[in-house]
Amino acid sequence: MTNNKTIDPTIKAMLEISEAEGISTAFSRAEAMKPCPIGHKGACCGNCSMGPCRLVKEGQTGICGATIETVAARNFARMIAAGASAHSDHGRDMALTLLAAAEGEAPDYTVRDVNKLLEVAELLDVPTKDRETMEIAKDVAESALAQFGQQKGEILYLKRAPKKRQEVWRRAGIAPRGIDREVVEVMHRTHVGNDQWYESILMAGLRAALSDGWGGSMLSTDITDILFGSPVPLTAKVNMGALSEDEVNIVVHGHEPVLSEMILVAVNDPEMIEYAKSKGANGINLTGICCTANETLMRQGVPTIGNFLSQELAIVTGAIELMIVDIQCIMQALAPLSDQFHTILVTTSPKAHIEGATHVEFDEHRALEIAKEIVKMGIDNFPNRKETRIPKEVNQLVAGFSHEYINYALGGFYRGSFRPLNDAVVQGRLRGVAGVVGCNNPRTCHDASHEYITRELIKNDVLVVMTGCGAIACAKYGLLSPEAAQYAGPGLREICEAVGIPPVLHVGSCVDNTRILTTLSQMATEGGLGEDIADIPGVGFAPEWMSEKAISIGCYFVGSGVYTIFCSESPVANSPVVDRFISEGWEEQVGGKLEFIPDLEEAVRKALEHIDRKRAALGLVEYDPTRFGQSGDRLMLQFLEALEAGQPVSLYSARIP
Amino acid sequence: MSRYIAAAAIRGANRIVKEADDLLHKALKELGPEAPIQFPNTAYYLPVILGFTGLEVSKIGDLPPVIERAKALLHPQPEGSIWLPYLGETLDCGVATLFAEEAIEGIRFAYGQQPEPMPGLQLTGTSFTSPDTEGEEAGGYVNGPIDDIQLRSWGIQLVDGRMPGFAAIIGAAKSNEAAVQIIRELQQRNILIFLSGSVNGRSIIHQLMEEGVEMGYDTYIVPFGTDTISAIYAAGFATRAALTFGGVKGGQARGMLLYNKFRCFAFALALGEVDDLKYATAAGVLNYGFPVIADTVIPQILPTGVTQYEHVISMPFDDIEGKTDAEKARRLVQHCIEVRGVKVKITEVPIPVPYGSAFEGERVRRADMRIEFGGKYSRAFEYLMMSPMDEVEDGKIEVIGPGFEDIEEGGYMDVGIVVEVAGRKMQEDFEPVLERQIHYFINGASGIQHIGQRDIAWIRLSKTAAEKGFTLKHFGEILHARFQADFGAIVDKVQVTIITEPELYAQWLEKARVAYDFRNKRLADMTDESVDTFYSCTLCQSFAPDHVCVVSPERLGLCGAYNWLDCKASFQINPTGPNQPILKGEVIDPVKGYFEGINDYAKVGSHGSVEEVAMYSAMENPMTACGCFECIMMIIPEANGFMIVSREDTSMTPAGMTFSTLAGMCGGGIQTPGVMGHGKFFIVSNKFIRADGGLKRVVWMSSFLKESMGEELKAAAEREGDPDIIDKIADERVATTVEELLPFLEEKLHPALSMPPLF
Repeated sequence: MTNNKTIDPTIKAMLEISEAEGISTAFSRAEAMKPCPIGHKGACCGNCSMGPCRLVKEGQTGICGATIETVAARNFARMIAAGASAHSDHGRDMALTLLAAAEGEAPDYTVRDVNKLLEVAELLDVPTKDRETMEIAKDVAESALAQFGQQKGEILYLKRAPKKRQEVWRRAGIAPRGIDREVVEVMHRTHVGNDQWYESILMAGLRAALSDGWGGSMLSTDITDILFGSPVPLTAKVNMGALSEDEVNIVVHGHEPVLSEMILVAVNDPEMIEYAKSKGANGINLTGICCTANETLMRQGVPTIGNFLSQELAIVTGAIELMIVDIQCIMQALAPLSDQFHTILVTTSPKAHIEGATHVEFDEHRALEIAKEIVKMGIDNFPNRKETRIPKEVNQLVAGFSHEYINYALGGFYRGSFRPLNDAVVQGRLRGVAGVVGCNNPRTCHDASHEYITRELIKNDVLVVMTGCGAIACAKYGLLSPEAAQYAGPGLREICEAVGIPPVLHVGSCVDNTRILTTLSQMATEGGLGEDIADIPGVGFAPEWMSEKAISIGCYFVGSGVYTIFCSESPVANSPVVDRFISEGWEEQVGGKLEFIPDLEEAVRKALEHIDRKRAALGLVEYDPTRFGQSGDRLMLQFLEALEAGQPVSLYSARIP
Repeated sequence: MSRYIAAAAIRGANRIVKEADDLLHKALKELGPEAPIQFPNTAYYLPVILGFTGLEVSKIGDLPPVIERAKALLHPQPEGSIWLPYLGETLDCGVATLFAEEAIEGIRFAYGQQPEPMPGLQLTGTSFTSPDTEGEEAGGYVNGPIDDIQLRSWGIQLVDGRMPGFAAIIGAAKSNEAAVQIIRELQQRNILIFLSGSVNGRSIIHQLMEEGVEMGYDTYIVPFGTDTISAIYAAGFATRAALTFGGVKGGQARGMLLYNKFRCFAFALALGEVDDLKYATAAGVLNYGFPVIADTVIPQILPTGVTQYEHVISMPFDDIEGKTDAEKARRLVQHCIEVRGVKVKITEVPIPVPYGSAFEGERVRRADMRIEFGGKYSRAFEYLMMSPMDEVEDGKIEVIGPGFEDIEEGGYMDVGIVVEVAGRKMQEDFEPVLERQIHYFINGASGIQHIGQRDIAWIRLSKTAAEKGFTLKHFGEILHARFQADFGAIVDKVQVTIITEPELYAQWLEKARVAYDFRNKRLADMTDESVDTFYSCTLCQSFAPDHVCVVSPERLGLCGAYNWLDCKASFQINPTGPNQPILKGEVIDPVKGYFEGINDYAKVGSHGSVEEVAMYSAMENPMTACGCFECIMMIIPEANGFMIVSREDTSMTPAGMTFSTLAGMCGGGIQTPGVMGHGKFFIVSNKFIRADGGLKRVVWMSSFLKESMGEELKAAAEREGDPDIIDKIADERVATTVEELLPFLEEKLHPALSMPPLF
């Protein structure tokens, strides 16, 4: 029964065990419970107690008279607001951590990337000349925090977008004024008896999404870089084979790096390692799941054992002493599940308690102390370990890309620029670029859509950047290793070989999707690809989305001018009018559009058509892969092989007899 | 990059940086930190290091921080089955390699090991860096780094496109035949050729020596050395081009590199096996946007971006189409030029010898000479005149009188070359402009040497050229082809008559002399007051973006190559080209030479960096300079006057600086009161620093100027009312310091001493 549930052999194995042992998982629960057919397509309104109203017939309205359009739009806008609030609140916490560090109240944190601090300071209008780092950091934190509460004007990061994009936002009246304000406003608009025109509801939703992408999330990424260092490429292991048979396995799961970075310090503490040995373990093995994993992977190379749908199955291995969770995407099911094993589930965020879990509230003022306390709990639990069934599968990936590093990668210290990337698109070596992001969803075969879409895109010479659970998915199948260039089209392969990169670049956690925005902005300003993000031959994908954050992300990409495809049924399918508005209507106003296309082949075809249309609009040469592929080591290696084999080859001829 | 190249380059970089570090430690111990390090005749220290870092290395003790920087740029090799990105890292390793290589060459200079000895090599032209190249007995060394003087003297050709750029050749060609053909192809396109490196101990320098190819500045072939390290001199040349002409300062690495990417047409050609150090060096030059082409099997890097076009190209020599090595070599060079992406115009000249500006400097020695026209024993003249359209038959080339077949080898004869042109846009004023081109056009033929002009022309023809079938008629072929190609916008028809028949010869000589005389008078009568239009010259803006020359009848361009008539003709030829008419407008100050129209133009033309220009003063708002000036004048406050040093003069001056150092102060389009670059014939102009006192303010002048412009200076002295002034002006033979200068001036009662103070 597991054949169509996942393409990951470790998950398959674990599911078989779960089935045999009668363990409930998201997979089995999804099978047992079909999605609510009314809520699923945005037909249910529960915004007041006159209902809930279900609008299942054509022309039907709610008790208040709200139309099918209004209800679908309100539900959708509230998804955006919830998603944006999650990311932005995460960003706020990062800013508060920076402030605490700058004020000396969080002694375990410091500014690790001073250059990034200076760069961000300039963007946030914080003076830097002749000032101490911590002084600047304090002002940066305060300026960032002010962005959340700002009431008027525009959030500062909008100026990072190409000029033309900023004009689009102003013209459409959706330039965010403050981060919190836009979320609150969507909640207000969608209250009973308020905004009852789907267009204005959805435009407000778009503005809230932009306050996430160009506000809360972007601040989060930047401040995380300041505190923990901007990522640079590194290699790491991925999949459950990275769990250790003889060491204390501690898993971090969730979305914030603040605690996990300290856990990493703690597990490397010689005293802790000694303590682990005293308990019969060979050491401590730290791994991660979901986006906390992505954060520690990007900067420290901590192995990742899986994505969203792996969280329960990791515990089923019986090898995890302790799982620390912080915020977001943590299944409540972990608590009862961990009770069936020796695993201790530790919740740490005051915003994310789970009944039945051990709660050790995190406090950045004594971060390392708390981290050590938690690690010690894990070590103490090692002697309780029983039978384990750790799958063998483990792959390698290269992670750690950011727009700053890409800039360096393409020209070195002295000649860094986006020119080679833009050139590649202009000449047609790269047909275009794509961001493939998002979650897992047990309603579709686990990882299959990520893998299929990404493979198809690179085969068609589309350079892919990934974040979040999608990145982890493709990493497991080797697509994030430089050797994956062999699966790429001839032009993309040439680019990969020239730069030494995989055809799929891991740019971070889901909050780091903003790295894609800054990358696209830099491409648009480098020249040759128009003047706006919307001019770039590119697409966005969320193949296996499930969270409201994904909706917010998708919408801020649309609002930034990107054609974005979600591979599922539309959550506003109940209203073809609204469905069309978020596609054609938004495209007319902001250049990007959102479409829900469950058929993967169709999704890829439409994406490529869109890319080709954008190429044509820019007057670029038609994409023709047969013109490329002549560079690289292949011929040279064949030549050297022939030479080794003693064949009569000459340095002056590539012909091998 | 490719992983193979990245690995090799990173290996090479790590090794050469270590080598430089070891050598530095040895030098610190043996020579001490104070031992001077200097490339000859350059104001740019070790230029690559200066350009990238701003560090001014002048002694061994300055090098440790450079090596530290090099080490900081190194990266580990990409290894295993999963590797990290390497393009940026390899480019950085390339820069580290360049630092190391230049440091090594610097230390070798300190040890007296550079330039590299090369027994039997005789360089042509005035090589300033190789010791003792003057005279028949000299030689025995390769050139080493190119000096600032040569760089500047090539400046105008580099900027006006006559010299599109350079090819840095590393290694040895597959055969001597291929080596010669590669060189000839590049020469025909006027591309400078830099030679370095070797394969298994054999260098292209050896190959060319064996084939008797003349090397040296005059033939555009500069041998740097037989090791790969010496290729650093090519990077040094490129760096200095940016510093000299681009207004880029030391340490502005990105600006320097982008200047080269966009403005310098250059590429590296690796002949023979490419080893780690060659890959590492190639990675360094890729930073400049210069592509690398190899004639062997190496991995290709075809995506673009760091370079304008492909990064690395492999053209295995045996796989190139062609029956002979020469044919293959021709295609190889053609492809190199395509890769760098510049269209090089070649004028097909139907003559039996190779043709191109690279042959302009070739000398024909008496021993190699078949015949000469003019010189000591005979006379040659050339005369270009405009004729009515119906009297000129385009392409008609006539030789009247006997050829030189019957003259004995090494002999001489009289020849007159009469060029008649016709065209709707042709003007009488353009006759001398076009006539002066005859010198360049004829000189372009391999084996022909042309000196002088008018009735003092002197042409030599080599035995080789004669053996290949060059006859008098071919002078006509050259002139017809080139006038049509280069001046087609103003001449529609060109007819050439070569006269050796004595009676006709005498008649035409007489006619020509009348015309010369008429032109002289006309030119002498032409003053800044007599015209209402000056011309701009922004030819150099491709190199010096903020510099603008204003050319008036009495002030020629600072490069010496463009006078007012040239600019006028150039405007006719290309109305949207670099020479645009500027209406003088209202005269604001006739003495200092302020004109409303000129000021307005200067503001726009310099993109706002210059507000006002005084045409006749060096003290107040002097005209800016690009970098290819013939002379530099500078105030000597103690003497209340100016000194003028010429490009050819390498000696110390009373200003305490050599030409090279001074040049650094007044190039790049910057106004520096008291310092000014100018053309040498400006010195004899009636408007020469008129506001500051004219020729009488000159207290010191390079002897080269005194000698090469003797007659003109004498006339100017008389005009200034002080016929003996030239004798009162000191030169490098009597004074190279102010202390030596002042007593000389006092003894000679130089007028500047009693003139009003300059400040």
